[in-house]
Amino acid sequence: MEQLIQQLVNGISLGSIYALIALGYTMVYGIVKLINFAHGDVFMVGAFIGFYSITVLHLGFFPALLISMVACAIFGVLIERIAYKPLRNATRIAALITAIGVSLFIEYGTIYIRGAQPEAYPSNIVPLKSLEIFGVKISGQSILILAVSLCLMIILQFIVHKTKIGKAMRAVSHDQDAAKLMGINVNNTISATFAIGSALAGAAGVVFGMYYTKIEPLMGIIPGLKAFVAAVLGGIGIIPGAMAGGLLLGVIEALVSAAGGSLFRDAVAFVVLILILIFRPAGLFGKNVREKV
Amino acid sequence: MRKRKLAGVFASFMLAAGVMAGCGSSTSTSSGGGDEKGGEIKIGANLELSGGVASYGQSIKEGIDLALEEINKEGIDGKKLKLVVVDNKSEAPEAINGATKLISQDKVSAIIGAATSGNTKAQIEIAQSNNVPIITPTGTAADVTVKDGKLNDYVFRTCFIDPFQGTVAANFAAKELKVKTAAVFIDSSSDYSKGLAASFKEKFEKEGGKVVTQEAYVAKDTDFHAQLTNIKGKNPEFVFVPGYYEEVGLIVKQARELGLDAPMMGADGWDSPKLVELAGKDALNNTFITNHYSSGDSDQKVQEFVKAFKAKYKDKSPDAFNALGYDSAYFLADAIKRAGGGDSKKIQKALAETNGLDLVTGQMKLDKDHNPIKSAVILEYKDGEQTFKTKVNP
Repeated sequence: MEQLIQQLVNGISLGSIYALIALGYTMVYGIVKLINFAHGDVFMVGAFIGFYSITVLHLGFFPALLISMVACAIFGVLIERIAYKPLRNATRIAALITAIGVSLFIEYGTIYIRGAQPEAYPSNIVPLKSLEIFGVKISGQSILILAVSLCLMIILQFIVHKTKIGKAMRAVSHDQDAAKLMGINVNNTISATFAIGSALAGAAGVVFGMYYTKIEPLMGIIPGLKAFVAAVLGGIGIIPGAMAGGLLLGVIEALVSAAGGSLFRDAVAFVVLILILIFRPAGLFGKNVREKV
Repeated sequence: MRKRKLAGVFASFMLAAGVMAGCGSSTSTSSGGGDEKGGEIKIGANLELSGGVASYGQSIKEGIDLALEEINKEGIDGKKLKLVVVDNKSEAPEAINGATKLISQDKVSAIIGAATSGNTKAQIEIAQSNNVPIITPTGTAADVTVKDGKLNDYVFRTCFIDPFQGTVAANFAAKELKVKTAAVFIDSSSDYSKGLAASFKEKFEKEGGKVVTQEAYVAKDTDFHAQLTNIKGKNPEFVFVPGYYEEVGLIVKQARELGLDAPMMGADGWDSPKLVELAGKDALNNTFITNHYSSGDSDQKVQEFVKAFKAKYKDKSPDAFNALGYDSAYFLADAIKRAGGGDSKKIQKALAETNGLDLVTGQMKLDKDHNPIKSAVILEYKDGEQTFKTKVNP
């Protein structure tokens, strides 16, 4: 029993990182119907910016988190403006291929600039003690991850539902042309979406570095793909769906490993993706909307 | 394809060598080296002095140089050893060229090198067909000396082979730490890791211990919490993790966070400063590794070597490569002495009969597969520093 709870805790910690990345996927998809494959690499860049803020600028965890989020927001907007905006009216497959190209460009650009060797996050920036509840050991860092993730998700919900820019985002995602007719600046709204999504990825990068210590230029690929699965699992384009999908995927992976299938863990994540696509293409939280002609 | 290309290169060099031998000294009848002019015995070194793993070759050469300096003070039966060095640029074709040059032009009695298993394997054919022994100081792959059940009788090594470290770890766990139960956590994408785990398991169970669980990961994984929670659930007294430092650093860190406080152990794959960065100093306490040698060993022979090495190389502390290079030279010198000169075939026989030779990396005896049976050292991490714990004999 203790062991099961411990595995659930492991899964939730992992899942909250997936959820943070999945949010960015889902927001971008909801607005421009583009699967931004470069998102996992923004996550990686965020991890490195956090790392250098801590080791070179000697900042604490929270300032590093903020710097990383701001830098990633700018980075995300740049990617959107340079790579995706010129293709907004092109076919969706062209934009998708561009996204893959951008992803490879960021990965190998990073390797070119700083080399492929991994870095270790300093472990002493947040001195946290582990908690022990009924024999279940919860490390301070897991709690920190959860707290940071939850706070960011609440802030995101607030932005989307209570602010003007959030209203604009919802309008654009509903119908871009109608939103334009209503006087909404669609370009700025899309940029804002990229900025917010990328900032979340940057935060996830710093949190990941704190929790797992090792960061390297290709670290974004697998978490990026898993977060994509999480987004589809919850229903792509739906914000609460991404959170639930991320947490669920993390827990599924932990339970698969607990059952002795640790080598099968990644495969299971993608089997989940296939099953969802076959039986519930709109995702767990999605409504079956008939395609408008 | 690659094999054929290599064979082609080899064949053309053999041709060239034949031509050169033809126009060279027609009186020389010695088959396979063994020139002894003016009380000198030539030995070759075919090492990675540049290229990808240059640091290995350079370290080995430092060790050889020091050993020859000492040996030549007295000489072997009045003869001095002369070292002929070639640089194989860390590439197999260059290793073949180097071996060909050493054998056909320089007529060396034996060759030390190369550092890696791959570059050593490249020379096997030449060594075998010319009857010149080669000794690799650090080539640990099992198939260097034995290929498909057949012994390469002119190939030797100074280091122990990979699976041996698993045996040593099992001995240490069962006899020194006196644990009864162990868990094994392997990198299922690495032959090195699987080989070590298998030999650990075999020996540990022979010593009366029980492997209670085995979990696996693949290289580049970052999250090991789930497997470690499983391991913790089985309550083992000891955890064997024969992996490489990139993953092991994270495994040790995450294990300690989950409250898995049992001693953990690995092999020379852990040996990197990066391990300490990844795992953190505190998490690494109560972990051990097996290695070829430690400069902190209190053994008199080791301390004399460390002192001599520091005197020659500006206070540099010798690492395992230095020590194995040094030992390779002594291994060869001992065989030359027993062979009574520079005849390659007699040296081969003497090398194979080596039994109980005292070296810096332990007392050495060869088994029938030309693999040394010798002690390994066990190092313990204390506050991020490797400290010498003990020496385990096989």
